Amino acid sequence: MIPNDTHIQSDKGTSLWEDAWIKLRKNRLALIGLSLLIFLCIMSLLTPWIAPYGYEEQDLLMGATPPSAQHWLGTDIFGRDMLTRIMWGGRVSLMVGFIATAVALAIGVIYGAVAGYVGGRVDAAMMRLVDILYALPFMIFIILLMVVFGRNLLLLFFAIGAVEWLTMARIVRGQVMSLRKQEFVEAAHSLGLSQWIIIRRHIIPNTLGPVIVYTTLTIPSVMLLEAFLSFLGLGIQPPQSSWGLLINYGVETMEEYPWLLIFPGIALSLTLFALNFLGDGLRDALDPRTSKD
Amino acid sequence: MFKFALGRLLQAVPVLLVVITMTFMLVHSAPGGPFSADKAVPAEVLEALEAQYNLNQPLWQQYFSYLGDVVQGDMGPSFKYPGRSVNELILSGLGTTAELGLYAMLVAIFIGIIAGVTASMRPNTIQDYVPMTAAMIGICMPSFLLGPLLVLVFGIHLEWLPVSGWDQIPGDKVLPAITLGTGYAAYIARLSRGGMLEVLSQDYIRTARAKGLSEFLIIGKHALRGGLIPVVAFLGPAFAGLLGGSFVVETIFQIPGLGRFYVQAAFNRDYTMILGTTVFFATLIILFNLLSDMLAIWINPKLRQQVRGNA
Repeated sequence: MIPNDTHIQSDKGTSLWEDAWIKLRKNRLALIGLSLLIFLCIMSLLTPWIAPYGYEEQDLLMGATPPSAQHWLGTDIFGRDMLTRIMWGGRVSLMVGFIATAVALAIGVIYGAVAGYVGGRVDAAMMRLVDILYALPFMIFIILLMVVFGRNLLLLFFAIGAVEWLTMARIVRGQVMSLRKQEFVEAAHSLGLSQWIIIRRHIIPNTLGPVIVYTTLTIPSVMLLEAFLSFLGLGIQPPQSSWGLLINYGVETMEEYPWLLIFPGIALSLTLFALNFLGDGLRDALDPRTSKD
Repeated sequence: MFKFALGRLLQAVPVLLVVITMTFMLVHSAPGGPFSADKAVPAEVLEALEAQYNLNQPLWQQYFSYLGDVVQGDMGPSFKYPGRSVNELILSGLGTTAELGLYAMLVAIFIGIIAGVTASMRPNTIQDYVPMTAAMIGICMPSFLLGPLLVLVFGIHLEWLPVSGWDQIPGDKVLPAITLGTGYAAYIARLSRGGMLEVLSQDYIRTARAKGLSEFLIIGKHALRGGLIPVVAFLGPAFAGLLGGSFVVETIFQIPGLGRFYVQAAFNRDYTMILGTTVFFATLIILFNLLSDMLAIWINPKLRQQVRGNA
């Protein structure tokens, strides 16, 4: 939580964002995470053009082979190139991570902002609902949704997004509530600015920090959730593939062909690593209270 | 304290009602009945089956009769295991899952607190970086990856420990407990480090130092109690999350616990079983959250006063 009064003290001419960027640049782990993420995103976007082999390309006679010059990460039991599979799987995993987080972000920010801004009874009722939903067993709920409505990608986005927005709503509401009572917002009111301008110029920019931090930390938990569901066989369905599903296959044959488990595992763990480090770095950078000592 | 607990328990009632209602509606809005998977059942048989499970009644009637049964603690019969009630199935899995969860939590608390406290004693030194990097790895390594890797190394290559099963070979509980506990150990390490750092900068710790107390006494007697408050607050949700974790671990190690039952019920579309387990899990989670809140109040004198002030 950012104490809001600290936003105002920009007398030296560096804004919160400039400060944050300077702090973030000093955090080597966060920078490594950021670079790795950019690299992964570019790879995923370009997969259809740069993947070394075709996605469905099989070579049943060859079967599973360990890493070699032709197949850097080896091949699976159908002779499919693992690097290619991991790249395509990464597309799905990252896409689920980003889209489901975006769904959670949209619901959470709007819900929290409305509750915080309107206040009073509406706020109390809206937050009571959040409390109730918090008490629900999420994991079970998602499994239930997947079982009842079949396993498709769109539903997966929705289901994950629908349970991940709660914390976001709480964070945004808290921010908005405390902002509403600040002098500079009152000043804007007395200047006769419209509600919309106040929201856009003062409320939104000041809630952005915590929202960004929480978003970076939501993406890995969403990706983990997708991988978890796919691992149980309740998430992504073949012929589509994701890292969770690849790990699931890898486990089945890990005694004979351990690389089928290890490489998708490394891909998933590295991505989660990168996102968590970036999120931690952003939290340190965007929270004015933590001046690096 | 008693008033607080009672108030929270009363609050739990509407939450549980929402859980039951939502799950019931979801399950009943699922396309295809529970018996539609069976091939070509004669119409009379289907009718008899539906009558046996009250499926021929209007939905609202089914809902209220289910609600009445649940209030009396009866979750109804299982669809897929004829002749066995959901209660029996839950009970038979519960012991195993509870045991697994307990071991995992012991692993998590023991390793996590030691790592976190060690790190907090010399912040930003190697003594801090090593356990905290390990904790980060623990957080980023999902249990469905860690478990198989542990099996691969300790079960298959070194052959030190059994690769699966529960209560059959001595030592078969070690790998599941570690697999389930590691992620929590990592969180607890981070939380206890943060909590300890905050406490160690307080005046009363300086006083203790000024009195010339040994570092061991300062940490053990004065700092731990305050420093572990975040950990205690985490334990309730952690136990709840443990249930989710047990899905994976029980599947990997083929442990006949609740988590595996639930996943199987989900695959088999055993609706009464799904419904029953969901309600059961929700109740457990609410209870755990209540317990951890009460523990937090008991540990933290500031909160204790607040509760007294409010009640």
